[in-house]
Amino acid sequence: MSGTVFGLLGAALVGIGLFGMLVRAQPLMRIVCFNLLGSGVFLVFGAVARRGAGAGFAADPVPQAIILTGLVVAFAATTLAVALVLRLADDEDEAPR
Amino acid sequence: MTVWLALDLLLAAGSLALAFGVVRARRVFTAIALFIAHGLLLTLAWVRLDAVDVALTEGAIGAGLSGVLLLAARHRLARVGAGRVAEAPGRAVTIAIGLGCAAVTAALGYAVLALPDPAPSLAAEVAASLAATELGNPVTGVLMVFRGLDTLLEAAVLVLAVIGVWSLAPDRAWRGAPGAPWTVVEDGPLALLARLLPPVGIVVAVHILWVGADAPGGKFQAGAILAAMGLLAWLAGLARVPPTASRPMRATVAAGPALFIAVGLAGLMFQGAFLAYPEGLVKPVILLVEFVLTASVAAALALLVLGPPSADARP
Amino acid sequence: MPPPAATDWGILPLLAVMLPVLAMVLAAPLGARGAERLTLSLLLPGFVLAFGTAVAIHVSGAPVVHLLGHWSPPLGLAFRADGLAAAMLLTAAIVIAATALFARDGFGTKPGAPETRAAFAFWPLLLALWGAINLAVVANDLFTLYVALELLTFAAMPLACLEGKRETVEAALRYLMFALLGSVLYLLGVALIYGTAGTLDITLLSGRLGLDAPVIVAAALMTAGLLAKTALLPLHLWLPPAHAGAPAAASAVLSALVVKGSFVILVRLWFGVLAGAPAMGAMQILAGLGAAAILLGSAAALAQPRLKLLVAYSTVAQIGYLFLMFPLVAGMPGSEAAAKAWTGGALQAISHALAKAAMFLAVGLMAARLGHDRIADLAGAARSMPLPLLTFALAGLTLMGVPPSGGFAAKWLLLSAAIEAGQWWWALVVLGGGLLTGGYVYRVLSAGLTAGGARAPAPHPPGLPEAIALGLALLSVALGFLPLASFGLVQVGRMGLAP
Repeated sequence: MSGTVFGLLGAALVGIGLFGMLVRAQPLMRIVCFNLLGSGVFLVFGAVARRGAGAGFAADPVPQAIILTGLVVAFAATTLAVALVLRLADDEDEAPR
Repeated sequence: MTVWLALDLLLAAGSLALAFGVVRARRVFTAIALFIAHGLLLTLAWVRLDAVDVALTEGAIGAGLSGVLLLAARHRLARVGAGRVAEAPGRAVTIAIGLGCAAVTAALGYAVLALPDPAPSLAAEVAASLAATELGNPVTGVLMVFRGLDTLLEAAVLVLAVIGVWSLAPDRAWRGAPGAPWTVVEDGPLALLARLLPPVGIVVAVHILWVGADAPGGKFQAGAILAAMGLLAWLAGLARVPPTASRPMRATVAAGPALFIAVGLAGLMFQGAFLAYPEGLVKPVILLVEFVLTASVAAALALLVLGPPSADARP
Repeated sequence: MPPPAATDWGILPLLAVMLPVLAMVLAAPLGARGAERLTLSLLLPGFVLAFGTAVAIHVSGAPVVHLLGHWSPPLGLAFRADGLAAAMLLTAAIVIAATALFARDGFGTKPGAPETRAAFAFWPLLLALWGAINLAVVANDLFTLYVALELLTFAAMPLACLEGKRETVEAALRYLMFALLGSVLYLLGVALIYGTAGTLDITLLSGRLGLDAPVIVAAALMTAGLLAKTALLPLHLWLPPAHAGAPAAASAVLSALVVKGSFVILVRLWFGVLAGAPAMGAMQILAGLGAAAILLGSAAALAQPRLKLLVAYSTVAQIGYLFLMFPLVAGMPGSEAAAKAWTGGALQAISHALAKAAMFLAVGLMAARLGHDRIADLAGAARSMPLPLLTFALAGLTLMGVPPSGGFAAKWLLLSAAIEAGQWWWALVVLGGGLLTGGYVYRVLSAGLTAGGARAPAPHPPGLPEAIALGLALLSVALGFLPLASFGLVQVGRMGLAP
C-alpha cells in the first residue's frame, strides 16, 4: 500500500513541479520547481522499489541505489543552475563597459 | 484503514499541500522555506518506503544542502536585484499548461497503478550475490559492487560540476576564494552552533560512513554531513576556504574518483574486468575507496554550495 | 533476448570511456597547462582504441561486450559496442582531436604564463564531453545512459558560455533548463520500465516489453526528454543561441557530438528496448517532426544575418534528417530498405559531425579575422581567408548532399530506402532540404567571393587551425568515396532484426 500511495504522490509532484517550471518566470523559482519535479520522479522509483520487496529485503535495493545516485546528480545540476542565475544577476549589476 | 496507511496518507497530503504552496508562493523566500519543509516530509516518506539510505540522503542533500544553496542564492539576488525577468505567461496559456500537466499526472498515475503484479524485482539476485561482496547493506552492495560504475561516474560528475561552477566565475575573480562574501556575526546562535556542532557532526559522519557497509549509511550521506559542518564554520567566519588556485584543495576533490578509477583499472589488469575487486579483499578495498571518496564528496559538495569565486569577495 | 556475454576485446570500448574520464578528474589538480598536455597526449590513444573497436567488431561480425566487475546483467552492467557505436567512437575521436589541436591557439597556456579561467576549464570540459559521448554509445544499461546524458550536459553547458558574455550565459541557462527537463523525463521513463521488467539492460529488455500502459507512458516520456536534448523541432529553441554564442572550438563539439549522444540513445530506445513493439504511428510522428525541422530550419538559416547563427540553424535542420530513418527502419525491420535507412541515418550522423565541426571552426576563424560575423559584410573573404571559405564550401557540399560526399551517400541511402519502403514522401523532403541547404550555403559563398576592396583585411599565411578545419571538411567529403559496402560495419549488432 505504501508503494501505491507514494507512487501516486510522485505522479502528482511530477505534474506540480512541471507546471511550476513552465509557468513561473523567476529563474530561482524554476529551479525550486525542477527540484519538486525531481522528487516526484524519485518517489515513483521508490514506489517501484517498495513493490519489489522480497528475498528478505523490505524494498528492492537496485532502485534505491539508483535513487541515491539520482539525488546527488540532481543536486549537482541545481548548483550549476544556481551559479548561472547568480552570474546573470551579477552581470546586470555591473556598470556597462 | 491501519495506522500506517493513515500515516502514509497524511504524509502524502502534507507533501501535496506544501508542493502547491511552493508553486503558488508569491515570494521566492516563501517558496524555498516550503520546499525545505517538503524535503523533510519526504525524508519521512522514504522511511515509510523502507528506503532508509535514501531518507538519509534526501534529508542531508535534498532538503539540507539544497536549502542552504537556494536560501543563499535568494539572499544574493535580493541584494543585487534579480534584474530582468521573463514575463509570466498569460492566463489562457497558464490554464493550458495546467491542463497539460494534469494530463501528465493522470497518465503517470495510471501507469503506476497499471504496473505488473507481482512486481519484477532484483531483490532475489542481490540477496544471492551479496555474500560474495562481504557487505551487509544491500544498497551499498549495489552501489559499490554490482553497479559500481554508476557510482564512479557519479563521483566524476561531482568533479565536473565543480569545474563547471568555477568556470562561471568572472575573469577578474579567477583564482580567488570560492563563495560570495557573507556578513559574519561574531556572537549569536549561528556562532554558537558553529562552535558546538562541527565536532558532533564529524563523529556522526564518520559513524555513518563506517556503518554504511552493513546498515543504512555510506559515503554520500557522510560527505554531505561533513560538507554541512564545513559550511557552518565558514558562515560563522570560523574557517576560511582555500582559493580555487589551491592545489591541495583541487587534489582533495579529485582524489576519491581518481582512486576509484585506479581500483577499477587494477581490477581490469588483474581480474580481467573493470571494477572487479580482488578476492578476499573486497570489503577492505571498498572501505578504503569509500573513505577517500567521502573526503572528495564532502569537499565537492561544499564547493558546489559555495559557488564560484565572486568579484566582490574579500581577499 | 538472453543477457549479453563478455567477448574478447571488450576492454577497448571500456578504456575509450574511462581514459577521458580519468583524465578529466586529474585535470583540475594539474592546472590548465597540465590538463592541456594530458588531453593532447590522449588524442592518439583514443583514436587507436576507437579504431581497434571497429576492427574487432568487423572481424568478429558481432558486437564487443564487456561485463563490469564480471557481474552479468540484470544485476550488473555491460558495455556493448556494436557497429553504430564503433562508428560514433571513431567520429568522436576524430572531432575531439581536431578540436583539441585547433583550440591550442585560444585556450593553450604558454609555459610560465598564469592560468586563466577559460584555459583551466576548457580541457577538462572537453575530456568530460569525450568520455560522455563514448559512454552514451557503448553503455548497455538505461540508467548508465542517464548518467552519460548528465555528464554530457554538465560538460556542454559551461562550454557554451565559456566566453563569459551576458548573452551566452543567458543561452546557457536556457540550454540547462531544457536539458535538465529532458533528463528527468527520461529518468521517469526508466523508473516505469524497471517497474515493468525488473531490468534496465537493453539486450535483456529487447523483445520483452509489450505495449502496456506503463511502457507507452515510459516511451513517451523518454522520447520527449531525448527530443529536447537532441533539439528536434519544436524543442529546438535553445540550440541556436547556445551553439552560436560558444567559442568556435566549443561550437564544433556541441553541434557535432553532444546532440548525437541523445540521438543514439533514442535509437537504442526504439530499436533496442522497444524492438518488435508495433509503433509505426510514433515513428511517423518523429519523422514528421524531422521533416519540419529540415524545411523550417533550413529556411531559418537562409534568413539569418549572422554567420554563426546560420550555421547553428543549419544544425537544427540537419538533425531532422536523422529522424527520417525511424519509420523506414521500423517499417519492415529485416528488409533491405531498413538496412539502407539504418546505414543512411548513421552516415548522416557521422558526416554531419565532421562537416559541422569543420564549418564552425572555419566560421570561427573568419569571425576572428574580420572582427564580426555579419554575412552582408563578408566581401573580400575569398582573398584574405581562402582556406576557411573553401572549408565552408566543402562542408556545405556534405550538408547539401552533393556527390561525392558523405552527406550525399547518407541522403541517397535515406532517399532510396524511402522509395523502396513505399514511403516516398520522405524522399521529397530530402530533396527539398537539399535545395534549401544549397540556398544558404550559396548565400555565404557568394558574399565571400565578392571583391572586398579596401575594407578587407590582408591575406594571412595559413596556419594549423585553418588546416585542421579544412582536413575535417575533406574527411566529410572523402566519406563519399568509400564504397557503400564498407558502411556495413554499422549493421553489426543491430537489434530487432528477427521478425
